[in-house]
Amino acid sequence: MTWIAPHGLSFDIAHMLAGLLVLVSLMMLYQVRLTALLHVLGLHAFILALSVAWQAHIQAAPHLYITAGIALAFKAILIPYALRRMVFQMGLHREIETVGGIGLTMLAGIALVALSLEVMLPVTAHTDPVAREDIALALSVVLIGLLMMVTRRNAISQVVGFMSLENGINLAATGARGMPLVVEISVAFSILIAFIVVGIFLFRIRERFDTIDVSALDRSRGGQS
Amino acid sequence: MTFDPVAAILLTPLIAAAVLAVLPGYRLEAGLNMIASLASLLFALTLLWHRPATGAYLLVDDLNIVFVLLNCFIGFTTSAFSASYIGHELETGRLKPVHLRFYHAMFQLMLFGMNLALLANNIGLMWVAVELATLTTVMMVGLYRTAEALEAAWKYFILGSVGIALALFGTILVYLAARPVVGEGLDAMIWTNLLTAAPQFDPSLLNIAFIFLLLGYGTKVGLAPLHAWLPDAHAEGPTPISAVLSGLLLNVALYALLRFKVLLAANPHAIAPGPLMIGLGLLSLVFAAFMLYRRRDIKRLFAYSSIEHMGIIVFAFGMAGPLGNFAGLLQMTMHSLTKSAIFFSVGHITQVKGTQRISGMGGLTESHPLLGWALVAGVVAIVGLPPFGVFTSEFLVVSSTFARAPVLAVILVAGLLLAFGALLLRLTDVAFGPVKGPAGPVHASYIPMFAHLALVLMAGIWLPPALVAWFQHVAILLG
Repeated sequence: MTWIAPHGLSFDIAHMLAGLLVLVSLMMLYQVRLTALLHVLGLHAFILALSVAWQAHIQAAPHLYITAGIALAFKAILIPYALRRMVFQMGLHREIETVGGIGLTMLAGIALVALSLEVMLPVTAHTDPVAREDIALALSVVLIGLLMMVTRRNAISQVVGFMSLENGINLAATGARGMPLVVEISVAFSILIAFIVVGIFLFRIRERFDTIDVSALDRSRGGQS
Repeated sequence: MTFDPVAAILLTPLIAAAVLAVLPGYRLEAGLNMIASLASLLFALTLLWHRPATGAYLLVDDLNIVFVLLNCFIGFTTSAFSASYIGHELETGRLKPVHLRFYHAMFQLMLFGMNLALLANNIGLMWVAVELATLTTVMMVGLYRTAEALEAAWKYFILGSVGIALALFGTILVYLAARPVVGEGLDAMIWTNLLTAAPQFDPSLLNIAFIFLLLGYGTKVGLAPLHAWLPDAHAEGPTPISAVLSGLLLNVALYALLRFKVLLAANPHAIAPGPLMIGLGLLSLVFAAFMLYRRRDIKRLFAYSSIEHMGIIVFAFGMAGPLGNFAGLLQMTMHSLTKSAIFFSVGHITQVKGTQRISGMGGLTESHPLLGWALVAGVVAIVGLPPFGVFTSEFLVVSSTFARAPVLAVILVAGLLLAFGALLLRLTDVAFGPVKGPAGPVHASYIPMFAHLALVLMAGIWLPPALVAWFQHVAILLG
């Protein structure tokens, strides 16, 4: 099998796009306003679309263009737009409540990037270089997405965290050359996200919860009351 | 055209779901739901005589055949229980006919997802199937549309999504490990190919992959640090769903994990997954045992008991060896049957009493002898008292652990005893003493719960030799 040589133009562009995705993930961590966060989410998905399209080009795998198209149309435009409308229509708090300070979260995010490079690079030494870098960077995106989900209190920013996590997985799946079912999996994930968004909207979580703050969910834990 | 049982098992629920989505009238729906589940069960039974050839997407082998059977059996008994349960919900007005159409279609879709996950020979397909099963159960957990139910569904949804996302990352890593050996494309995702090539995989990549898979599928199994969705989802959804969640979905997720454990066992240089599984298993067991004491809600109580049992099972598979795996498989089967029987009786009990709070019920053996004693029998079985089947498997786990790692065995026994105490304490509140709460007549379907309990009792007294031979064979496969 022919691997893409490291430090050629193809490799550098793939690497740069994956790196950009990590950068935008970190950008998400310091957003304090919901609408700004949604813009960053759109940017995140846009970079993912570019990255997937580039992978489709260098791997000569035209089906990946479908994944790129889904990322662009659905995740970069439609979902952020729908969430934004929801924020306005439902009159949500525009500020994001965080657990722990922004600075602390950023430091944790940087530590997670270091951790994933430290973990993934040695174990993928024998695979092809594009996949190797992509997997390591994708893991950073996944971990930062998780970090965001645990440090954010309101439901919408948790969904944003989940979507960035899922973008990281898409990056890993497309970087793994020749992986079957990538398109199907990205469709499955899009359906999942659509369910979440429709879920927030239809069930009017805010009305039910009074606040979209997830810590209000704790009262359903039982035992205490 | 030759008859293909695997296609029949998968297509029956799929077609039934499509028909149920448009069929009017709850009696017709409940009836069709039962017939479709029964048909799946009968098709699954034919697998015992005729095993179809392994394909690129589906396979039937020794590991999954009993789980498919168990899945279809509990699917059928639950549909029978659900028919009477749902009828009552309709009478009391908690559910509307339009919800029921949705509910029945989702029920069959869930059975399809679980059977597909069990029969999949492709690790990508297996992942998609587990996701489908999760989504359908999320929808059903939120069925009542109360604030609590929606909250439970939301929590389940978010945690479940994170779990399946991590599992997918693990799946991608397995593919990366397989690609240099098996070649690019679909071949490197077919489980049977992976198994033959596993000894040459890069062990360090496989190790990392397993950690992601353990965390990902472990979330769905309900292992301790990742269990937060489980009690809520059990408590707030309709009780038939609690029964299939505990009895089937947890097993399906664990089964997915076992498939990957077999891969790791086949690679001589990979880490032994044992210590990780032992650690998570013991943590779940002890944590759940303590949590059992503070429960006020009867469905939540048994949900924590499910976490406890999943802990024991994962611990048993972590100890591995022929005996540990044997005990794990037996415990999986017994727990499914017993816990769903308990939820069947709890479902009727909560309907009679009109509450799920333990403080609102009492003296059930006096007011509703059949239901009360079924619950007593179920709890006696689930805490691991003889002569029920759970005793056999727990005894095997404990005795084999004492022989190999006495320190772990002490923790294990402590956890078991704690859970034992908590469940019996609550049982005496509910089943004995003065009658509390409404004691009206009940239109219960007793056959499903007594059928389950009879099977568990039979397994405790006499395990069919064919089943023992099968368990032993699979236990060796699991390494």
